[in-house]
Amino acid sequence: MQNAPLIEIENLSFYRADRKIFDKLSLQIPRGQITAIMGPSGTGKTTLLKLIVGQLKPSSGRVLINGQDVNQLSRNALYELRQQMGMLFQTGALLTDLNVFDNIAFPLREHFKLPEPLIANLVRMKLEAVGLRGAYALMPAELSGGMARRVALARAFVLDPQMLFYDEPFVGQDPITMGVLVSLIQKLNASLNLTSIIVSHDVNEVLSIAEFACVLSEGRIVEQGTPQELQQSESDYVQQFLKGLPDGPVPLHYPVEPWSVG
Amino acid sequence: MLAWILQTTTRLIAGLGSATLGALQGLGKRALFVWAVIPALPYSVWRIRLLMKQIYFAGVLSLPIILTAGLFVGMVLGLQGHHILTTYNSEEAVGTMTALSLIRELGPVVAALLFAGRAGSALTAEVGLMKSTEQLSALEMMAVDPMKFVIAPRILASIIALPMLAMIFIATGIFGGYVVAVGWLGVDDGAFWAQMSEQVDWYDDVINGLVKAVVFAILIAIIALYEGYESVPTSEGVSHATTRSVVHASLVVLGVDFILTSLMFT
Ligand SMILES: Nc1ncnc2c1ncn2[C@@H]1O[C@H](COP(=O)(O)OP(=O)(O)O)[C@@H](O)[C@H]1O
Ligand SMILES: [Mg+2]
Repeated sequence: MQNAPLIEIENLSFYRADRKIFDKLSLQIPRGQITAIMGPSGTGKTTLLKLIVGQLKPSSGRVLINGQDVNQLSRNALYELRQQMGMLFQTGALLTDLNVFDNIAFPLREHFKLPEPLIANLVRMKLEAVGLRGAYALMPAELSGGMARRVALARAFVLDPQMLFYDEPFVGQDPITMGVLVSLIQKLNASLNLTSIIVSHDVNEVLSIAEFACVLSEGRIVEQGTPQELQQSESDYVQQFLKGLPDGPVPLHYPVEPWSVG
Repeated sequence: MLAWILQTTTRLIAGLGSATLGALQGLGKRALFVWAVIPALPYSVWRIRLLMKQIYFAGVLSLPIILTAGLFVGMVLGLQGHHILTTYNSEEAVGTMTALSLIRELGPVVAALLFAGRAGSALTAEVGLMKSTEQLSALEMMAVDPMKFVIAPRILASIIALPMLAMIFIATGIFGGYVVAVGWLGVDDGAFWAQMSEQVDWYDDVINGLVKAVVFAILIAIIALYEGYESVPTSEGVSHATTRSVVHASLVVLGVDFILTSLMFT
């Protein structure tokens, strides 16, 4: 069990309207490691995360977490499983009418009847971990982008989950904040023994902390392995993506339907 | 020629069919939404703080517009009533007329229309924004049901707030009518109140008016929250949803008012 993959994706297909986003995608996410899922914008990285956590239902195929099919779970079982998951959303997704402290305390208060001093302690610890202890009274609108993301991170692991999912954690951050986030994610993963998935197109940052990585293109995994293996990939596509070359097999254009006349 | 007629007819039938299907699908989605929120309602009764906050937003913040509108509507009723009733030498009945029009129709209906415009639009925009900023997704990820935490308290708050607002509208309206009829046009003070309290029936008028307000509150809240919950998560999508919310809710209030009136007062 220790070495079995935590998350297994089997032959997953998913459509949006008539567009195929995933085509029989299979992937195994190792336990206790940081896995990077990379791919250009619009390939469906966010969609894949939502399929994994059961917010979207696949057209066919399965997602197994700890051997359980996410889509076969009852609503209660799914919500129980979600308490083992933390998700850092692309936009932070803090509740706008609560301040920083109440945002982080929110999952605790919803799920456990804890005395208020204990909640305050837990929240302070998480805020300390993301370096924002002084910001507890601010409202989400008063936070910079980087601070908001760190608060959201504190909220994502306040229930001490088993898994953490990061959706584009580095997008739109200045280099210093990026560095802070990278080391924070790494520290968290090591100290809490988490299984993390980072979805991103910031190749350098994400490969510097990932232990396992894969590249998505047109609904399939085109390459997977350790970051070193990926760098040595023989696929033109992977080389183009990792090096950020403007020229190569990546289609710049959204697929064009053949023009029908008449 | 024949081919053209055939083709046009087929297209017409196909168009009609798809429009009907679309309408049915829309109805079905709303029904599913209601079905999903019903089990969440009892739970939100106990979340007193959440509920209070929503009652404050929906109810207390709607007070200024309700008070102002109620006063003016009542004053106009006083004027018009007096004008009509003097031709029959029965201007003391102006109190009864003002009160009955307000209690049976204008109170619940106008308060509901104003509520749809002020509170309903705010509900749609708020929930739409929560969706587009991924707050609803985040709640689900934190294993908190948005139906329980976001939707149900807002429906309950509307059901509590709108009947009270309608009552306040009616009271200020009667006061407005009194000021105009008695204070300005010289109708007898005692006759104004005496006739009114004689003619207005507790059950037939007041309870029926309240029932209307409760029904309108449920409809407005469900329409507004559905539009926000199902909005396209962009600024354009939320703005369209807000417009649709007010238009649909207002039309539904007027249509349902006719049905309720014909059931209650015939
Ligand atoms: N709610 C939606 N409705 C329709 N299409 C969507 C929706 N969300 C995403 N898409 C489409 O699905 C594709 C994948 O989106 P997404 O998973 O957000 O990509 P990524 O996160 O990799 O940038 C995009 O082409 C996008 O246009
Ligand atoms: Mg994305």
